[in-house]
Amino acid sequence: MVNAIFAFPHSPTSSSLPFYGSHISAGFPSPADDFIEKTLDLNTYLVQHPAATFFVRVSGDSMVNAGIFDGDLLIVDRSLEPISGKIVVAAIHGELTVKRLIRKNNQFFLQPENLNYPVIEIKEEENMHIWGVVTSVIHAV
Amino acid sequence: MGCCNIGHTRRMNKIELFFLVDCNNFYVSCERVFNPVLLGKPVIVLSNNDGCVISRSNEAKHIGIPMGAPLHTCQSLCKQHQIQILSSNYALYGDMSQRVMSILKSECQTVEIYSIDEAFFKLSCSSIEKAELFAHYLRHKIKQWTGIPVSIGIAKTKTLAKMANQIAKTQTSQGIFSLIETNCIEAVLDSFRIQDIWGVGRQWAEQLQLLNLHTAKQLRDSDARVLRRRFSVVIERIIYELRAISCLKIEDITPKRSICASRSFGHLITTVSSLEEAISEYAARACQKLRAQNSKAQAFSIFLRTNKFRRQDPQHHDSLYIPLIYPSHDTRLIISLARGAIRQLFRTGYAYKKAGIVLHELTNENIQQQDLIHSADAQKTNQSTQLMHLMDLTNQRFGRRTLFILGQGTKQPWQMKSEKRSPRYTSNWNELPIAYAN
Repeated sequence: MVNAIFAFPHSPTSSSLPFYGSHISAGFPSPADDFIEKTLDLNTYLVQHPAATFFVRVSGDSMVNAGIFDGDLLIVDRSLEPISGKIVVAAIHGELTVKRLIRKNNQFFLQPENLNYPVIEIKEEENMHIWGVVTSVIHAV
Repeated sequence: MGCCNIGHTRRMNKIELFFLVDCNNFYVSCERVFNPVLLGKPVIVLSNNDGCVISRSNEAKHIGIPMGAPLHTCQSLCKQHQIQILSSNYALYGDMSQRVMSILKSECQTVEIYSIDEAFFKLSCSSIEKAELFAHYLRHKIKQWTGIPVSIGIAKTKTLAKMANQIAKTQTSQGIFSLIETNCIEAVLDSFRIQDIWGVGRQWAEQLQLLNLHTAKQLRDSDARVLRRRFSVVIERIIYELRAISCLKIEDITPKRSICASRSFGHLITTVSSLEEAISEYAARACQKLRAQNSKAQAFSIFLRTNKFRRQDPQHHDSLYIPLIYPSHDTRLIISLARGAIRQLFRTGYAYKKAGIVLHELTNENIQQQDLIHSADAQKTNQSTQLMHLMDLTNQRFGRRTLFILGQGTKQPWQMKSEKRSPRYTSNWNELPIAYAN
């Protein structure tokens, strides 16, 4: 049976790195001593709910102002509640799209993060459902 | 969610209930998660060589596409109704199945994964209402987390839970059905056909009908001891289960032992037909041992090899591991698969010294056998169709290895045809679903 590579982190993946205790200014918690604490697993860091997490590729540039660029990898968690302000993957017109979900006066909108693109108003009869909430973006530099 | 296992000291009359969770039109449902354009449309999924229909959306069912039908028999219907045809994508289905099962395992203690899209579990519930609430919660969670719709049947026995599940799936809109209260059971059993009862099967159903037993109610009310002598203890268990007396427990499917049947050949074998004969014999012997110890196998492997001591001869040593969808001790099935597998391993120009079969992952016989494609009209499908589906599933789970179609009436060699397979959305970095930012 084939698993998504990061979907079931039962054990640390081969990409984990040992963590040396020291003060690091990147905003990570710093332990008090110099010993190896544990190995870091990017899988468990990025994926909170493995059964509900999927990886999705971005095509297009309508979300660049949110730091999401063409070709980026999205970590999408279907278990999270889609609330206003979250970046979501939505299924609309039979297609998956990534937008910011906005709720204003009981009305829902799918808002791009690029001034060149229009806001999509979700109408009642529209065949739209939220596919999942984007938790992280992986962007190669 | 602990609504069913409240751990405090107040004494409550708890009922032990079996739940059967079953994914609706599983393969089609998997495809729809990643391709929403398929929602609400008639869709079918074909077996690996695009041979026959192994999954249908409800819309396709209503049009009249039968389960297991060879594609060429429904091509005109497909064109007429614009039915979407997809090749099977087992990498995707296996992954989605694991997701659903892992959610169940996180919510319930003892989950018995019965097949790629079905699982049993058992809970102590304080009331039927609480049980149904929990079922609704589970159904909602699975749908939200994975996009897969499921049906849940609840009852005091596995057999009744299976029945409840079928009703949940076909007769309710909310996908949950509990078959616990007496009036309810009476009504349902009276209208449930004997051939649709889990574990009865087509052959027994025909014989039971000759005894004027046509409904589940009639079977339940017959003399269990008489029928046991006439058929087997399995029928007796079914009768008790229909009476809400649980005989089948949640199986702990851990590999116990294996059974091997193999032999060195008296003389070297160089033809595939002799190899097939040999492996058939070993398979039959192994299955005999299997039945003698009241077990079923969930997988088997076959191997062959040349004489390694004759260094002047070209050497070939290979094996294949084949999982079964359902536990089985069916000699015909295992022989057929073993023959197909040995044909695949065989190479001309080698002189084989030994071959054999090992039955793996043995379980208790009490795990009931079920028609491969689990629906009533699947019983109409012919054996080669069922076996093809099995082989397809096997092939996909193990990637590059392919098994030949069996010899019954098939003249063409097997060819990999997956013309309309969807991307491997969850297992290949190059085939991820795409979200459009445009």
